[in-house]
Amino acid sequence: MRGVLIVGATSPLARYMAHEFARLGDTLFLAARDMDELQRVASDVQVRFGATVHTGRFDAAAVETHEAFWQEVLRVLGGLDGVVWVAGTMDGLEDAFREPQAVRRLIDVNFTGAASLLTLAACYFEERGKGFIAGVSSVAGDRGRAQNYPYGAAKGGLSLFLQGLRNRLSKRGVQVTTIKPGFIDTRMTWGRDKLPFLASPQRVAKESVQIILKGKDVAYVPAIWWLVMLVIRSIPEKVFKRMSI
Amino acid sequence: MTSLTLHKQITGWGRYPRALCHLYRPERVGGVIGTLQHAEPNGFLPRGLGRAYGDAALNSEGGIILMERIDRFLAFDESTGVVRCEAGVSLADIISTFLPRGWFLPVTPGTKFCTVGACVACDVHGKNHHHDGSIGNFVRSLTLLLPSGETVRCSREQNPELFYATIGGMGLTGITLEVELQLRRVDTGWMVVDYVRTRDLDETLRTFHERDEHYLYSVAWLDCVAQGRGFGRGVLMFGRHATVDNLPPARRQNPFTIPRKRDKSVPVDLPEFVLNPLSLKAFNGAYYATHPSREGVFVDYNTYFYPLDSILQWNRAYGKRGFVQWQCVLPYENGMENLTRILETAQRRHAYPFLSVLKRMGESSGGILSFPMPGYTIALDFPIRNGLFEVLNELDKIVIEAGGRLYLAKDARMSAETFHTTYPQLPRWQAVKTQVDPKGVLQSDLARRLRLMEVAK
Repeated sequence: MRGVLIVGATSPLARYMAHEFARLGDTLFLAARDMDELQRVASDVQVRFGATVHTGRFDAAAVETHEAFWQEVLRVLGGLDGVVWVAGTMDGLEDAFREPQAVRRLIDVNFTGAASLLTLAACYFEERGKGFIAGVSSVAGDRGRAQNYPYGAAKGGLSLFLQGLRNRLSKRGVQVTTIKPGFIDTRMTWGRDKLPFLASPQRVAKESVQIILKGKDVAYVPAIWWLVMLVIRSIPEKVFKRMSI
Repeated sequence: MTSLTLHKQITGWGRYPRALCHLYRPERVGGVIGTLQHAEPNGFLPRGLGRAYGDAALNSEGGIILMERIDRFLAFDESTGVVRCEAGVSLADIISTFLPRGWFLPVTPGTKFCTVGACVACDVHGKNHHHDGSIGNFVRSLTLLLPSGETVRCSREQNPELFYATIGGMGLTGITLEVELQLRRVDTGWMVVDYVRTRDLDETLRTFHERDEHYLYSVAWLDCVAQGRGFGRGVLMFGRHATVDNLPPARRQNPFTIPRKRDKSVPVDLPEFVLNPLSLKAFNGAYYATHPSREGVFVDYNTYFYPLDSILQWNRAYGKRGFVQWQCVLPYENGMENLTRILETAQRRHAYPFLSVLKRMGESSGGILSFPMPGYTIALDFPIRNGLFEVLNELDKIVIEAGGRLYLAKDARMSAETFHTTYPQLPRWQAVKTQVDPKGVLQSDLARRLRLMEVAK
């Protein structure tokens, strides 16, 4: 029985990832800011799978609280086998094009918070010599686009951070996986015009957990995004800046 | 929290009528509350999975709150079978979660692709209504979000009037956030069914009365095309949950495992000429011929309760113009005569239903606007054709004279007058509605069409 920490657990993707781990019999620690929602998600996993589920409040942007949070998780679970980072937000993106505070907030939640907590996780697993870290980044982090680069930059930073962690920890038997989902049918995409390859959170969650457990390094979910991003990354900047992608 | 809406044309399951609505899809309870902060001139309406046939879950140029993502189980008592869950949980989800532990739905409509919140709003009934009543009887409590932003719990003891106004209240008394539901203990996922083929309406009704006390479930398929001596003939299906001992030895090890059926789909709208009187006669005749009387047939729960669920988008079979289901309940007194009048009128006017289902109903759950009352309920599916609504208006008249009523979850076209005449408890419901929603925030096309908030003249 593994102990797995899922951060940002109130999102649909994280919720269904929790389902997948619980189905396998893992003990979970779910963390998020909205405690009422978190309790609902936790109860759901308990009722459906009879899993042991702990909860704790976690604010990605409040970096000064992360150490205490981490110790709490270790104390409650009595040791940890995996950490899954799902927290992220696109809220405030519009403001982030103009306001320094808004762009900082976006980067704090999506990048700084992740880097902070995963540093604690990295040290812990490095010392134990086993375990896994998985981070949900985004295809948005593969190339800066006019429409969402503040978000994309933070996700790009996260992808690079995870890449570095992977290279640091691989020698110590710790697996680091970067998940790069495309469009997921959630609040972030709701109300937007027809998006290509829109996938349900259930599907992305299921595939993501399989990828993590197989110990892959980097994976696009659904896999078609590997090809899409290969094309998008290979467009010369000169051309790209004139396109409206 | 930003919350984008989708301005989109939607329909009920019958695909008539259509409505342009602003769709909201909150993913957390806080998001449902947040939705109400938006300005919508025609207010808001919660919607489940869109299986109500007509305009019950439409709100033209208003807000539709899709509840499908508010679908968490919150608590389950293994010893009593009481589950507390969010309103957006589907019946399919309840079955797949709890049937392996020996619990099934206490009442189910003919599809499992609907949310528990919507089932309460329609106070749905099933094949066991003569025995157990509607789903309202199994609801222990509800948690409602009122337009004021206040969250209240109601039950038979706590805020009872709000409770009874919400059961069958078509989602207009508050947004149901949570439902506490009593499940039914079962030993297997299988049913034992006795089929009885009858020769005419008299025999159909007689067989019902003679036999259905002995069965938890009973329903009749009627051949509505047959005339003359075969008028009202049908196939009655009496069912009960199989016990482990009933099962063939090979199945006893895994009594809750049933075969998985490959889903079929109706990929395109079928053209109108497919469903014509000739093909309907052929279909009905063939169905009748292939269902002789047989006892003790084993079928899995999907086959018994949800025969159409495995044909995805079967509503397309009725063509582009869609269809309406006309379902009424008629008191037992003069029931035979009134049923005869209805079927004869439809036949005489060449309105042949593709599907017709007859059931017996028992006592009401007490829901103020609940449909069920003791008597016969008959549901007729009609593809929409020119002149159909005139025929249905004639059928409505028979129902009014008989002291019956039409089912709001299926209705798309009855008149406000018909509604006000046949739902005598409306003023009592309106009193609750005025109290919890004085500004009329919760609305629907159905509510406006039936002038739900107006006092009858």
